[in-house]
Amino acid sequence: MIVRFLASTASFLLLAAVPVSAQESGGPQTPEISEPGFDLAADSGLDSDGDGGLTGSVSDDRDWQDIGLAITTFATDVDRPTRTSAGSSAAVGRAISQIIAGNLRNNGLFKPSGPGGLPQPTYEQITAPDYPVWSLRSTDMLVQGYVRAGPGDNITVGCYLFDVLLRQELAKAGWTVGPGDWRRAAHKCSDMVYSRLSGESPFFDSRIAYIAETGPKDRRVKRLAVMDSDGANHRYLTSGQATALTPRYSPDYSSILYLSYLNGSPSIYIYDLGTNRQRLVTRSSNPTFAPRWSPDGKWILYSMAIGGNTDIYRVPASGGQSQRLTNTPGIDIGGSFSPDGQRIVFESDRSGAQQIYVMNADGTGQRRISFFGGRAATPEWSPRGDQIAFTHMVGNFRIAVMRPGGGGLRYLTDTWQDEAPTWAPNGRIIQFFRTVRGSGKATLWQVDLTGRNERKLPTPVGASDPAWGPVRP
Amino acid sequence: MPVTVKPGPIVLLIASSAVLSACASSAPKDLPPTPGPVTPTQTPTGPAAPIPGSQADFVAQMSGDDTIYFDTDRYNIDAFDQAALAKQAQWLMQYPGKRATIEGHCDERGTRDYNLALGERRANAAKNYLASLGVNSARLTTVSYGKERPIALGSNEAAWAQNRRAVTITID
Repeated sequence: MIVRFLASTASFLLLAAVPVSAQESGGPQTPEISEPGFDLAADSGLDSDGDGGLTGSVSDDRDWQDIGLAITTFATDVDRPTRTSAGSSAAVGRAISQIIAGNLRNNGLFKPSGPGGLPQPTYEQITAPDYPVWSLRSTDMLVQGYVRAGPGDNITVGCYLFDVLLRQELAKAGWTVGPGDWRRAAHKCSDMVYSRLSGESPFFDSRIAYIAETGPKDRRVKRLAVMDSDGANHRYLTSGQATALTPRYSPDYSSILYLSYLNGSPSIYIYDLGTNRQRLVTRSSNPTFAPRWSPDGKWILYSMAIGGNTDIYRVPASGGQSQRLTNTPGIDIGGSFSPDGQRIVFESDRSGAQQIYVMNADGTGQRRISFFGGRAATPEWSPRGDQIAFTHMVGNFRIAVMRPGGGGLRYLTDTWQDEAPTWAPNGRIIQFFRTVRGSGKATLWQVDLTGRNERKLPTPVGASDPAWGPVRP
Repeated sequence: MPVTVKPGPIVLLIASSAVLSACASSAPKDLPPTPGPVTPTQTPTGPAAPIPGSQADFVAQMSGDDTIYFDTDRYNIDAFDQAALAKQAQWLMQYPGKRATIEGHCDERGTRDYNLALGERRANAAKNYLASLGVNSARLTTVSYGKERPIALGSNEAAWAQNRRAVTITID
């Protein structure tokens, strides 16, 4: 076996994740692969035309969707029972290949074929594809893999990407995962294929915190909930007796910041996912809103109203003294750190209406960056640093992006009310929630930076306030 | 139906909210209905007269003036708000042992975080005005519900106007 597996001390997470990259670094790439699929961010981040409108910099990703990408059923050496929810090792193999195909298809990235309707490679063929067969089927890129039960209760998954025309292996990786984490192997394999073909950073192996909504508009029950990036492993964290709002996953997924009316008035809590216990972020009789993490998880931003005037504060995540960052009459609220943690983008109505401002992480150097007309709110800095996503309100609420220096406005959605963008870990996709006029029913959606690939996320009930966490290690 | 509304606390005798609303400048065009049950502590008003000094009594006496309304994104106390708050203040000073919570609300056409802060600002505006009329501010607390607790369920200007409000609820 070519794929190496390292022992790991990680507890219930991936026990070993060893992308084998050194061996394939010298291999030639096909013309399709050397052509970046999304050159959008590079353009919009660097160009200096300040016209603020749609420009020709949005690349067309149809070329990517036209790649003949085949995802075959993952084989197993011996079909043995596992302790996963998917069943035997052969069943896990079938499920994993379906998850991979679903990931790549649902995000509008590719139009893969398989695993249904494709030849099923044998275990021996996983590392040695039957190239002539795939050439005849006009397959350009081929994903194969295997699942083995063991060691112990774990399962071992190998993932391979082949270039059929070049008859060459492009990438491979293997993971040993606990029985409760078998889906993560599928997400890791999806990430490997996506990254190798697009040149972008991975994002599938990540989780989303959000607010689950049930009940009528005037008595809506709002519960804190979490799920995988594809909607699997869904879990409610609060009962709904106290209204929960605006969650944010900590960068290490160990805890969630959110707002709760537990004590009757809105306050920010930090919910520990290991112990299922929570504590107030700051002890104050004043209401606190809009909690945010710094990228390194060491700081918490929050907003607090005193006498009706709201300002932004920061406090060490480990506790300690809060420091006020804004000091103007009006509402300064929210905030999102740049990826390097040096700057904060936030919203303020100091000019008379909600607009977007940038400041240094210590509160100095505050300046407005949104000059688009209407109101601009809920800014979120891209994990790549090149864009700021926000809600633009001119009549309807639309998800839009702009450059951190100002300008470069581009709309990504166009319905009655879309609100509160959150970035995929790789900064290529944005999730948000959409509210239906009248009923007020809310659902989670996502859109890529071209604005073309928009889809609704599956949630058991209504959903709002999504917060996308980073890629898991 | 022209009615002259004098500013300040002396307007206590102009009691009918129906009269007031007919010439309201910033109040909703359609008269907001008397707010329904806002908290579980509110007892339903039956045919029997409510106990004087109770929340039920407050609601009955205010006949709609337990709530004040705001323009989009605004939190200022206009002449009609002043009249309603003066009526509230009179009741509160008649029952000096009573405490009250002022709930601040917004319409659905704002972002969630901002609306929480705006609701707090509206509730504080009402609280400060009551205090200016002589109600001890230690008796008054505020809570913002942002856009989380609409009272009118439509998605139109009339519904939004009813939802941009601050509601005073006395604590039994």
